[in-house]
Amino acid sequence: MDISPILNGFGVVMEPTNLLYCLIGVIIGMLIGVLPGLGPGATIAILLPITYGIGPVSAIIMLAGIFYGAQYGGTITSVLLRLPGEASSVVTVFDGFALARQGKAGTALGIAAIGSFVGGTVSIIGLTILAPVVAGFALDFGPPEYAALGVLGVLLISSVGNGNKLKAIIAACVGLLIATVGRDTFTGAERFTFDSLNLAEGIDFIPIAMGLFGLSEILYNLEERHNQVHAPAKVGNVWPSRQDLGQAKGAIGRGSVIGFVLGVLPGGGAVLSSLAAYAFEKRRAKQPERFGKGAVEGVAAPETANNAAATSSFIPLLTLGIPANATMALMFGALLIQGIQPGPQLVTEHPDVFWGVINSMYIGNILLLIMSIPMVGVFVKILRVRPAILAPITVLITLLGAYTVNNNVYDIFLVIAFGLLGYLMKKFGFEPGPLVLAFVLGSMIENSSRQALLIFGGDPTGFLTRPISGTVLALVVLVAVLPLIRKAVRRKTAAADGVPVEEKTP
Amino acid sequence: MTILVGYLPTPEGEAAVDAGLREGALRSERVIIVNSPRRGAPVDEHKIDDDASTALLARARAAGVDAEVRQPLHDDDLPETFEELVKETGGTLIVIGLRHRSLVGKFILGSEAQRILMEASVPVLTVKAPR
Repeated sequence: MDISPILNGFGVVMEPTNLLYCLIGVIIGMLIGVLPGLGPGATIAILLPITYGIGPVSAIIMLAGIFYGAQYGGTITSVLLRLPGEASSVVTVFDGFALARQGKAGTALGIAAIGSFVGGTVSIIGLTILAPVVAGFALDFGPPEYAALGVLGVLLISSVGNGNKLKAIIAACVGLLIATVGRDTFTGAERFTFDSLNLAEGIDFIPIAMGLFGLSEILYNLEERHNQVHAPAKVGNVWPSRQDLGQAKGAIGRGSVIGFVLGVLPGGGAVLSSLAAYAFEKRRAKQPERFGKGAVEGVAAPETANNAAATSSFIPLLTLGIPANATMALMFGALLIQGIQPGPQLVTEHPDVFWGVINSMYIGNILLLIMSIPMVGVFVKILRVRPAILAPITVLITLLGAYTVNNNVYDIFLVIAFGLLGYLMKKFGFEPGPLVLAFVLGSMIENSSRQALLIFGGDPTGFLTRPISGTVLALVVLVAVLPLIRKAVRRKTAAADGVPVEEKTP
Repeated sequence: MTILVGYLPTPEGEAAVDAGLREGALRSERVIIVNSPRRGAPVDEHKIDDDASTALLARARAAGVDAEVRQPLHDDDLPETFEELVKETGGTLIVIGLRHRSLVGKFILGSEAQRILMEASVPVLTVKAPR
């Protein structure tokens, strides 16, 4: 393997500007990780317009820093206040808060920080080794393969993710529909434009992301009344004892692997991997009853796994150009804004971006480890800010940001419209994630499949006869049919046991 | 019949508790120490934890006064919270601490202490922090 581009990547990261953006990114990530309500997805969406003004490498380094920094920050509130700052830290609450009540809050935070560092670093090393290989393999991909991959991506995202599958598929379909708005790139025909000039250019990714992730999340959180106010928590010694470290060692190792693997899968990501790592530790523990009562492993495993997953979810994005989860869709958008098409060509065409971003994660993780241990108290202070003060400021930044992209008031209304749509979706149990992902993949699927049909001379069987696209399409069928088969089998065995079948709503 | 003491973990708050406990011993009335955090933020720096409230109760016991700590949430109106407590517990006196504020501070921000003084339906005893 040629390591000179990797070393050049370190050169890129070490430039003072990039170091600064890395630092800014991880600090913002920590802060919003601490704040319950505002997640990394919303923050990245809100900050998308800022990335216009800075170079592509710095922009992505900063956004990536926000994403993995939030995984560190989410732990702090889980442990100290029993308030998970991020969805991926929900399971940390069980043992983290129990440890805090025993006066070992510092230990829990220290273990979580060390676990996060190890998980993140293991995952980056995996990324460094695996990403060029996958990208090299994907260089053979043509339009038919991309069309098939896009379909698989949309399907996986709507079926693997958490929550209601039917609603996820509906959201994905709406996303695909929105992707078709505008002037058709092949024929110039106008679709769903209703004679509006603004719509003729198609709907931009930024207002959709800012509305669905940013504004809707702010609106949704305003509704929540915090009827529990906590006393400020005291954090003692954060250095875990040798004995605690010994206990956590195995959990950290296993958490890294689980996180790395689940992070690569579409729809997996940090939340799922933290749950899986916790469940796995509990199952293999000699005394599972210790979990929930302050087991060090119960903090180490999920915290390691969510960081590992946050990092490894960059693999499908940087190598195939397929975002694995909603936050990666935002990264995808950010790269497109910079005029960079994420995909297998990225590593050869823009090695500075590819390796710069990957290597910045090494630096970012070290920064986070340095910050998270002694500066916990500083970050906890931000919890004193009331949402009544925070929300209007965030909304103002969002709308201003939306305006600055094209200096067009129409964009502000788009953001508001999508904000309301996202709010209603959340109220009725739809996740905005599949919609945005389907929107991003939608234009890719459409363009690639039409290009492919041009290549095939209009013969759709070409998709099936090419080996790679054929395999991917077989996977699509498998993913679509597997749950149905499993359901049928379960019904059969249940019927054989004479147990009445409980109809589970999808 | 009870005495309500407004308490925050500040010198003024401590002075208020001292005065409230003295009054409680004098009148042989029950003392309710009110530590009311503001609703909204997940953390209020003025809310006291369980250890601190146990310490307050120990101080009351040492002074020979029957006491309890209450931590109701308030929105924008602290005086209303006190009024409700007065009605609920049959309060006869409110004890609060006052702090010196600069002219600019008085101009920009309202004073909750002043509003309690003006709006309370029972006598209010105000104390200052010992210098």
